[in-house]
Amino acid sequence: MHSILLMNPLITPDPGLVIWTIIIFGLLVVLLGKFAFKPIVASLTERQEAIQTALDSAKKAKEEMVALQAKNEDLLKEAKEERNRMLAETKELSIKILEESREKAKVEYGRLIENARKDFQTEKTAALMQLKNEAGKLAIEISEKLLKKELSDKAAQESLVTTLVNEAKLN
Amino acid sequence: MPAKLYSNSRLKRFSLLFILVFLNALSSFCQEGEKAAVEKKYNPTPTILEHIADANDWHIMGHVHIPLPVIIYDMTAGNWEIGMSSKYPVVEEHEEASAHGHEEATESPISGYVMKEGRIVSGEGHQLLDLSITKNVFAMMVSAFLLLLVFITVAKACKANAGKAPKGIQNLMEPIVIFMKDEVVEPNLGKHAPRFLPYLLTLFFFILFNNLMGLIPFFPGGANVTGNIAVTMVLALFTLIIINVNGNKDYWKHIFWMPGVPVPVRMILAPIEIIGVISKPFALMMRLFANITAGHIIVLSLVSLIFVFGNAGESAVMSGAGAAVAVPFTLFISLIELLVAFLQAFLFTMLTSVFLGMAMAEHHHEEAH
Repeated sequence: MHSILLMNPLITPDPGLVIWTIIIFGLLVVLLGKFAFKPIVASLTERQEAIQTALDSAKKAKEEMVALQAKNEDLLKEAKEERNRMLAETKELSIKILEESREKAKVEYGRLIENARKDFQTEKTAALMQLKNEAGKLAIEISEKLLKKELSDKAAQESLVTTLVNEAKLN
Repeated sequence: MPAKLYSNSRLKRFSLLFILVFLNALSSFCQEGEKAAVEKKYNPTPTILEHIADANDWHIMGHVHIPLPVIIYDMTAGNWEIGMSSKYPVVEEHEEASAHGHEEATESPISGYVMKEGRIVSGEGHQLLDLSITKNVFAMMVSAFLLLLVFITVAKACKANAGKAPKGIQNLMEPIVIFMKDEVVEPNLGKHAPRFLPYLLTLFFFILFNNLMGLIPFFPGGANVTGNIAVTMVLALFTLIIINVNGNKDYWKHIFWMPGVPVPVRMILAPIEIIGVISKPFALMMRLFANITAGHIIVLSLVSLIFVFGNAGESAVMSGAGAAVAVPFTLFISLIELLVAFLQAFLFTMLTSVFLGMAMAEHHHEEAH
């Protein structure tokens, strides 16, 4: 068994092939390592880093964009609020002005009415005075005429006196 | 449109694979055709073993051999023997020679160096140190050349395309490199990863390229490089050396004097751990060797079915039946071998990273044990 194992060329390492394998594989390790795999791995690492950096900066840009958008929205919101506030103020002011003018108009109107009333009162008083005077004058004229007519008749005079006396008594 | 392109290229790849398998079958047929004429019962074992083993020349088919350089140091005579393999006379095995009849008898003394079962041996029984460019060495050189060509091209493309999207062969290899870097080496080695990454990547692609070249059934593929124990032994030795050179204080402490266990247990554990130092790379060596050799043997056995069924070319109908069975099975196994080629390269590299990572890990005994 031992000799069969040793003799079998399948599992007996051939010294020549061992030496050649060491030479070829050793040379390959040196040459491929230096001229192929080092530059390849370096370029791969570089690319990986470049891609990572690009991804990171893209992410950062996106975040900045979002922040900017939020800021814009805030600004817009503020502007809207400002506008609303200004609108409200204007409305208030206009209402106030309207109110004030209405108030003023009322006062003016009242004053005018008052003046008119006063004028009217004065006119009325004057008219009444005049009417009184006229009525007085008319009454005197009428009494004068009556007296002239009555005093021509004796009996009428006496009855008049009596009437007057009675009236006076009653008073 | 891209989907169509994809399926188209997949179809091309499948058909290419099918052609490869067919050629595999065809070349074996050519090899066996003439032997079959003389042998009554077809025996596939010598063919399979010839394919699995290393050789001093490259057997293509029949009597067509590609000669390879022979460099031999005769340890008995103390001289060098250098030449091309084609100049050495071929002697057959004893039983084959007697079966052929016309071959020269092996009993007659042979002088000098002769080719026997694909290897140069001394006729006088001298001890030889064979430093020839054998079939496996040549195949390994082809793979090494391809590796250098591919990865230096990729490295150049990396420099030229800096800051641009990868394309072409760069695009093909980069994901594999990234996978090995991010999923295998860095999780196991952490901060030490950059130091070992070039070695581990070379290891991975060396095994992968040789595995894949071994699946190509014609020259210069088809050699059983990673299924040769000498090759896997060297790779395992590199792993062994790297682990033990880079192992830290904790690693050696865990081997000789396991912390956190009673003293008698430490004494039992020490020899086990010392065996473990060797057995880990030994398992790596055996795993790669056995998997790749087994793959080659299965494919060749399935192809041999054609000749076994046809009783070595005597019955065309049975050969056809054998082919009908063998071709789909060979296709299926070849696909599995394609997976195994990647899997074994991955496993060898991953386990080397794991062992290395364990040897370099910083332990915190208070908590861990």
